[in-house]
Amino acid sequence: MTASVFFGCTFIAFGPAIALFLFTIARDPLRVIFLIAGAFFWLCSLLLSSLVWFITVQISNKESSSQQKGLLIFGVVLSVLLQETCRFGYYKLLKKANEGLLMLSAEETMPISIRQLAYVSGLGFGFMSGAFSMVNILADSVGPGTIGIHGDSQHYFLSSAFMTMAIILLHMFWGVVFFDSCEKQHWWSLAVVVISHLLVSCLTFQNPQYVGSLVPTYIIVFLVGLWAFFCSGGSLRNLKLCLTCKDKDFLLANHRPR
Amino acid sequence: MGLESSKWAIIFLVCWLYKNVSCNSVEQKIYVELNNTVPCVRLLNATHQIGCQSSISGDTGVIHVLESEEDLEWPLSKGPNPPYMVLLESSLFTRSIMMKMKNESNRVAGVAVVVPNTSPPEFSPHTTCPNENTGVYSDNYGPNLAHCNTTVWNPRGNGLSYEEFDFPVFSLKEDNETEFIKQCYLDHNRAVNGSAPQYPLCAMQLFSHMHAVTNTPTCMRRNDINFSINPEMVCDPLGDYNVWGSIRPYNDTVFGHKENESVVIAAARLDSRAFFWEVSTGAEGSVSGFVTLLAAAQALREVTHEAPPTRNILFAFFQGETFDYIGSSRMVYDMENGKFVIDLDNIHSVLEIGQVALHSGNNLFLHSDPVSRRNNTVNDVVKNLVNNLQSSTAGLGFLLVEPNVSQPLPPSSLQRFLRAQPIPGIVLADHESAFNNRYYESFYDNAANLNLTYPSDLSPEEQLEFVTHTAESLTDVATVVARALYKQAGGDESRVNTIKADPKIVTQMLYGFLVSSNNSWFQAVMAPELKNILKPSPPEYYVGVAMSSTPTRLVQYLLANLTGAATNLTQSQCQKPDELPNESRQMYSYLWVQGIVPPNSTERDSFCVRASVRLTKAVSPAFELGEYASKDYSTWTESRWKFIKARIFLVASRDLEMLTLGVGVAVLFTSLLVTYFISTKADVLFSSTREPASAAY
Repeated sequence: MTASVFFGCTFIAFGPAIALFLFTIARDPLRVIFLIAGAFFWLCSLLLSSLVWFITVQISNKESSSQQKGLLIFGVVLSVLLQETCRFGYYKLLKKANEGLLMLSAEETMPISIRQLAYVSGLGFGFMSGAFSMVNILADSVGPGTIGIHGDSQHYFLSSAFMTMAIILLHMFWGVVFFDSCEKQHWWSLAVVVISHLLVSCLTFQNPQYVGSLVPTYIIVFLVGLWAFFCSGGSLRNLKLCLTCKDKDFLLANHRPR
Repeated sequence: MGLESSKWAIIFLVCWLYKNVSCNSVEQKIYVELNNTVPCVRLLNATHQIGCQSSISGDTGVIHVLESEEDLEWPLSKGPNPPYMVLLESSLFTRSIMMKMKNESNRVAGVAVVVPNTSPPEFSPHTTCPNENTGVYSDNYGPNLAHCNTTVWNPRGNGLSYEEFDFPVFSLKEDNETEFIKQCYLDHNRAVNGSAPQYPLCAMQLFSHMHAVTNTPTCMRRNDINFSINPEMVCDPLGDYNVWGSIRPYNDTVFGHKENESVVIAAARLDSRAFFWEVSTGAEGSVSGFVTLLAAAQALREVTHEAPPTRNILFAFFQGETFDYIGSSRMVYDMENGKFVIDLDNIHSVLEIGQVALHSGNNLFLHSDPVSRRNNTVNDVVKNLVNNLQSSTAGLGFLLVEPNVSQPLPPSSLQRFLRAQPIPGIVLADHESAFNNRYYESFYDNAANLNLTYPSDLSPEEQLEFVTHTAESLTDVATVVARALYKQAGGDESRVNTIKADPKIVTQMLYGFLVSSNNSWFQAVMAPELKNILKPSPPEYYVGVAMSSTPTRLVQYLLANLTGAATNLTQSQCQKPDELPNESRQMYSYLWVQGIVPPNSTERDSFCVRASVRLTKAVSPAFELGEYASKDYSTWTESRWKFIKARIFLVASRDLEMLTLGVGVAVLFTSLLVTYFISTKADVLFSSTREPASAAY
């Protein structure tokens, strides 16, 4: 549409991710490295799933639209499963790497905890996923035209941006929950992560009824976010302490060396 | 081995995938590209620039389909969403509407003209007095005849082609794309009961950014700037090649005056133009003239072999005449400076074929220059030529008449010869004063203008052979021209009546030049490497800058086939004929042509044609001399451009865009604040009493 739409959609989609990166990751090079590695793992999963989808599309009957729709659903499900598989693979790799790092480093404690790794890897997955969802749409939003000449809805850019923001946040939350449940061997919560990912992806089939896909997605974001908060050691008591600014005494009492 | 083969398998797979990728991108949902558009481009001369220009990133405007001249108020003053892209039907493409839009050009982003298949009653975007400053008439030579004071040659001309517009003007055909545009306008842009139409609105964007500005000296100076390894050229001079051929061959390496050589020149012009770039059909303006001359050359072939006339006859086809006589001024310049095989003193007389296809009534007119005829010698030769012409019409059903008032020559190449030296000459035309051509130098000057119609049940090959009325009348004119040229060249009087032009050849030429150039006859006379220039549509007659104009090549090969001789040379001998004892490349040109496909065969019967047909460069002498501001010679150049395209899409309102930006900035700030808050309080938020003591953040 123009530069204002381009910047607006970029900020909406990547605003939280940029804020998180700036304040929590950018200072620590180790976290940056693991972020990029996480992004790379997501990219591998995308490559595999797109290869499979592409081959099946070439084999299939291009004229039949119901077959194409079915193929699309198959592709989405396969992609979700492959992403989660890659997340599991990354977890295994990180566990091994952590042991190796511990052996090599001079300090006695691990330089980065598995919880932080979970958060960083989830954010890495989110960055790459958001980039692939959003960048080509942003490139076309710079031009003078907007969607609609063939009758499509005008709100495509805005709703894509909001969806991308939701996906990035979700990936981060899923990363935390996933690693935590792998640590604690809670396989059922792993299954819930996979199912919620599938649910969110399948909600996008509601488009162009954007309300029907965005509202449930944001409800899921909120719920998974809460779950991740509790998994990573938060509790309602901590939240109340923070918000009412009574945390200074608490900090002094529970001071630990950084 | 396993690794090697799997590597190859992966490479093969990737290559196959790359080939098969198809894009179903967001861009296709936004933009609809318009493919059948023709732009108007910028041309420059010594003092001015003409034509159209868009800004470098295209001009976008809300589409408005103009219904009448009064409706212009909406885009120019009343409409609430400027700038507008005005869509015009061809009946509204008039000077007054275009000038009004030119004056309010900050509200007009561009113009799109829908060109219909049927022609309006009259339309000529050229000036009323073509080439008025580079002809022979000036304040020193026939001042009362200069600047069309006595006769206005093109009274219907509205001069649009020579105006400068700073918005792009494109032409659209009447097809599905244009219907889609009008439907988009009706769906989104119509104002309901005088209130403003609601966003999103249908808009069009036109790209035709021209690199050259101001005038030719400026753009030629900018061409010479050598900053980098690849200098950017901004404009190119217009020009191509002239085609000339003669009855008796000349040695191509011996230039300048030839003793005791007297030549009759028969001339015609090859090119024409239109308002939009390159779509020029020039049926009456140029095709009628050069087809007649080609037919006359063919008619003279036999008799000049058996009974050669005293003087030589030189057939000259000039390119670039529309743009201040590029071709003829160059030939005269070459003759004056000893760079052509003859010079001006060798010329006995000139007969030029102008526009000859639209004679209403039964007369054609012989125009001559009254100023040079005041000299008795010149006047005698002209009278002799008139007699030869008039006596050649015996038995042919029309008369050749001189106009009864003393009027100047119409715009013709003869004027450039007279500018150098008083040479006796006649211009043959179908108009006594103003042109009969209602579409002079416009895109409507096509086969329909000549009433070239074929019965509807004929296949293309049958149409090629069908002799139309137009072809018959042009054949008669060609016969007259051939007979008069033979007599003028001092040929044997008793043989004159055997000279007859062939109607079959004339009708095949008319078909090839006005309907479809990719027909079997043109394929047979062309060289194998040039067969790609033949297309199912008529060729473009715009002179262009690429020095590879299709009509020049076609006329060269046709003249060679019609006046030359087929030889027995093989293809390699045809390329190096000097090795053979009787052949000389200096005297003749040797062209390898495809030939016809014999029945029961798929191979063409190619052969070598030997003809005294040559090409000479037709670029204005102003560019040879470096006088880019010359007043004597043509200084026309065409600007260069990167790309030209057009597309339509919907535009959203400014408010929605600003809202999106506002929401984005708000989201960014909120998330920065929240994240800062969380990260500073992270110890508190994420601590847990069950945590082991050795954990660290």
